[in-house]
Amino acid sequence: MMGVNVRIPTPLRKLTQDKETVQASGATIQAIVDDLEKQYPGLKERLCDERGELRRFVNIYLNDEDIRFAQGKATPVKDGDEISIIPAIAGGK
Amino acid sequence: MKAKHGFFTSLKCRECGRHYPKEALHVCEFCFGPLEVDYDYDTIKTTISRERIESRPQTMWRYRELLPIEGEPTVGFEVGFTPLVKADRLAKRLGLRQVWLKNDTVNYPTLSFKDRVVSVALSRARELGFDVVACASTGNLANSVAANAAGAGLKSYVFIPADLETGKVLGSLVYGTNVVGIHGTYDEVNRLCSEIAGKYGWAFVNVNIRPYYAEGSKAMGYEIAEQLGWRLPDHVVVPMAGGSLITKIHKAFKEFVRLGLADDHESRIHGAQAEGCAPIVNALKAGVDIIKPVSKPHTIVKSLAIGNPADGFYSIQTMKQTGGWAENPDDDEVVAGIRLLAETEGIFAETAGGVTVAAAKRLVEGGRIKRDESVVLCITGHGLKTQEAVNGRCSEPRLIGPHLREFSALVEQEK
Repeated sequence: MMGVNVRIPTPLRKLTQDKETVQASGATIQAIVDDLEKQYPGLKERLCDERGELRRFVNIYLNDEDIRFAQGKATPVKDGDEISIIPAIAGGK
Repeated sequence: MKAKHGFFTSLKCRECGRHYPKEALHVCEFCFGPLEVDYDYDTIKTTISRERIESRPQTMWRYRELLPIEGEPTVGFEVGFTPLVKADRLAKRLGLRQVWLKNDTVNYPTLSFKDRVVSVALSRARELGFDVVACASTGNLANSVAANAAGAGLKSYVFIPADLETGKVLGSLVYGTNVVGIHGTYDEVNRLCSEIAGKYGWAFVNVNIRPYYAEGSKAMGYEIAEQLGWRLPDHVVVPMAGGSLITKIHKAFKEFVRLGLADDHESRIHGAQAEGCAPIVNALKAGVDIIKPVSKPHTIVKSLAIGNPADGFYSIQTMKQTGGWAENPDDDEVVAGIRLLAETEGIFAETAGGVTVAAAKRLVEGGRIKRDESVVLCITGHGLKTQEAVNGRCSEPRLIGPHLREFSALVEQEK
């Protein structure tokens, strides 16, 4: 299985043994997050709150598009897609 | 003064309260919440006083204890303490009696409030040992980083959307900084910068240095209070892009009350965005805390065009807690606001200033600001930087030959 590349932000790299990019597979963002949790236990808790919803300050981009503009965690993912997890807190102007 | 270590103790997550060391960190690694500087207010209270502040030079560093650097500032000593202008002619046109303008169009050295945050960010970046500084910007911040870095001998990179106003692009290039134009919106520039900051060990003022940087905005709030005679106004109208400034003005007022520098007062803090990119105003008006990002901003007000505002949630809390409201004037109202300010007070503001004036007009018309109440409008940047916005929207010069006869004819015609 090919899967997708996921870029990991600095605050989470302690969980990924300092890897900037990791491989994951799944048909939706939700499935990718679950797969990441299997490979790197503890990661899901950082991304999602106790109800399983994406935390307020976490942004996930699928091929550079914010998944909130698509179908959120249900957004479909294809092999070869690029996912980037980025803290929402940045910027000013 | 305990200046050697500063009066700030740690970084603290605004969401979950976890503490972090005073390093180049901006996000809680547990919940992704924003990190904020935590101060030792008990010690500050024993060293700061109105008299002490008044005895210091007229720059924003007179509030030194409340700004997060450890030693003395090394970048931007001359920043801040801009005029608070009593705007009687504008007040009359708005149907009010007491209007003041916090005039950061003349902030030093790059004519916008961003010089405040940059002087803190670069001073702190130096303390942390960085020699390359960078930012994501819609122009004003880029200008300020480029200028202050040049003056301090630091290498700089500024990342901007490729379609910015000419004045803002040139206003960075002239300082010899590395300007990188990105084909995309500000939010895309910002996302890229988060990734670059994670890969290169640079001080990105509004990414990994953000907790320190953002505190610089408080100085605008301190100055408003001091210049009003150590009093807080009934209303403040603040432009919002990422929403940081409005939260920091609120914080500044709360700190002054806590430290006994100003009496507690119900200051209503209102936010302003342009209609073509108003995610915070839209959420407040809809009565929700969840911000729906704007994917394709469409407005002449490029300096406020952040579709996914980092401090959107907290700015809504600020407006709700203080009894403030928010307005989103359209581009025509913005141009009218710029002209009204210029024609009544002789101050040429950039587009964000037009948004603030136009929003104030709406707040008065909507009964949110009453005639006898005092209002401060935050005018955050100079109009010479965004001339495109008013080009063709003012009158044209009348052209004549160098003859008295022609001029007299022109005057006669106007009688």
